[in-house]
Amino acid sequence: MSDFFSLLVEEFPQIRSGLWVTLQATALGALLALVLAFALGLAAGSRLLLVRGVSRVVVEFFRGTSLYIQLFWLYYAMPLVTGYELTPVICGVVAFGLNFGAYGAEVVRGAVNSVPRAQYEAAIALNLSPFRRLWKVILPQAWVQMIPSFTNLLIQLLKATPLLWLISAADLMTVIQTLRDRTGETLTAYLTLLAAYFVLAYALTMLMNLLERSAKRRLGLETGATSLFKSRSTSTATVGGAR
Amino acid sequence: MNGFDWNAVRESLPDLLNGFRITLLATVLGTLVAAVLGLAVAVAQRAPSRFVTVPVRAVMEFVRSTPLLVQLVGAAALFSSVEPLYIGIAVLGVHYAAYTSEVYRAGIDGVPKGQWEACRALSLSPRRTWQAVILPQAVRNVLPALGNYAISMFKETPFLAVITVQEMVFEARKYGADHFAYTEVFTLAGLIFLVASYPTSLLMRKLEKRLGH
Repeated sequence: MSDFFSLLVEEFPQIRSGLWVTLQATALGALLALVLAFALGLAAGSRLLLVRGVSRVVVEFFRGTSLYIQLFWLYYAMPLVTGYELTPVICGVVAFGLNFGAYGAEVVRGAVNSVPRAQYEAAIALNLSPFRRLWKVILPQAWVQMIPSFTNLLIQLLKATPLLWLISAADLMTVIQTLRDRTGETLTAYLTLLAAYFVLAYALTMLMNLLERSAKRRLGLETGATSLFKSRSTSTATVGGAR
Repeated sequence: MNGFDWNAVRESLPDLLNGFRITLLATVLGTLVAAVLGLAVAVAQRAPSRFVTVPVRAVMEFVRSTPLLVQLVGAAALFSSVEPLYIGIAVLGVHYAAYTSEVYRAGIDGVPKGQWEACRALSLSPRRTWQAVILPQAVRNVLPALGNYAISMFKETPFLAVITVQEMVFEARKYGADHFAYTEVFTLAGLIFLVASYPTSLLMRKLEKRLGH
């Protein structure tokens, strides 16, 4: 056993806290992104030009200005402008939420648009209120379509979390790099780090497959258990494009 | 608390644009690597032998599911004697090849089976089959997708600043640190990204519509 792995075992509490920071930033960032994606995505389908316009501008702004810059702006520039300072992890969560929320909005918009027109008409014919129409008829069908694209975005978000290292939050990457500095085993350290992210990505993918299965069941579409182990679809056919 | 200093914007703009040349260079060359390598991978995945297809797919899946920043920093630490810009271009290219190969694969899978059979009937060599029949039909529709990945890559070039490539964000951080003008430089850098990427993505959407996706 190399020095690196013995140190890894020795410093397990540190590793655990780094992993915790990474998972926390991923989960909270994803949650914020999900809320924003629905807010912006549904606003994009509004009948009011102003609401549509605002949504469009916000989405294009956060898609177009690079996540890296957004994070640095929050971390370095915001305290100067507002006198208000966020902790590094919160900076990360807000930046991830805004950026991936903007990408997610496109997914929501595309999925809602792909629900057949007749479904709307049937809901109107049945005299459902606009809220019930959305909640009971449109969203359950659109939701199934969104999940594969959301899975892709979630993995992208996980892959963005090492940015936290650059704003001195002690995430997984930070912790493993300190072990590398102490042992000098560069190759082992970075391969371990990559493997850790790979395992996390796969676990998240399986979790999302589970979610997709339950969403499909609700619509009466049965899927076999093998669907849980499928890897992510990277086909360009996913709604809203891959990135 | 300090306001927005327009002087700092004016003063830092030349530095940022200087760095922007490197940003563009990395994007163009990285896209080129991704486009060529992705095609090679996609063709390799149609190989008759499982000894080729399974490892290739596994490696690509691994590259796709792991962070670009870790790949970059790791590569830079391992090959510390190589020019960082080259490492950056290589890592960007390989990372995105994992994505573009899927695009090509979808394109190749979209070519009707009859085309392959016709090639066999005409006893074309595998090389002629690919060159003259399959690829021309497969590659036509991948352009918008490749363009979209190029835009993604463009927005991820700031990662190169971490391995000391002097692209736009590197210059922005330098100016920001020297003059304590982070607000101005990061706002400016963000806007430059927006101004460059938004029209391009509109163009790609038009192209997608034209090709009838």
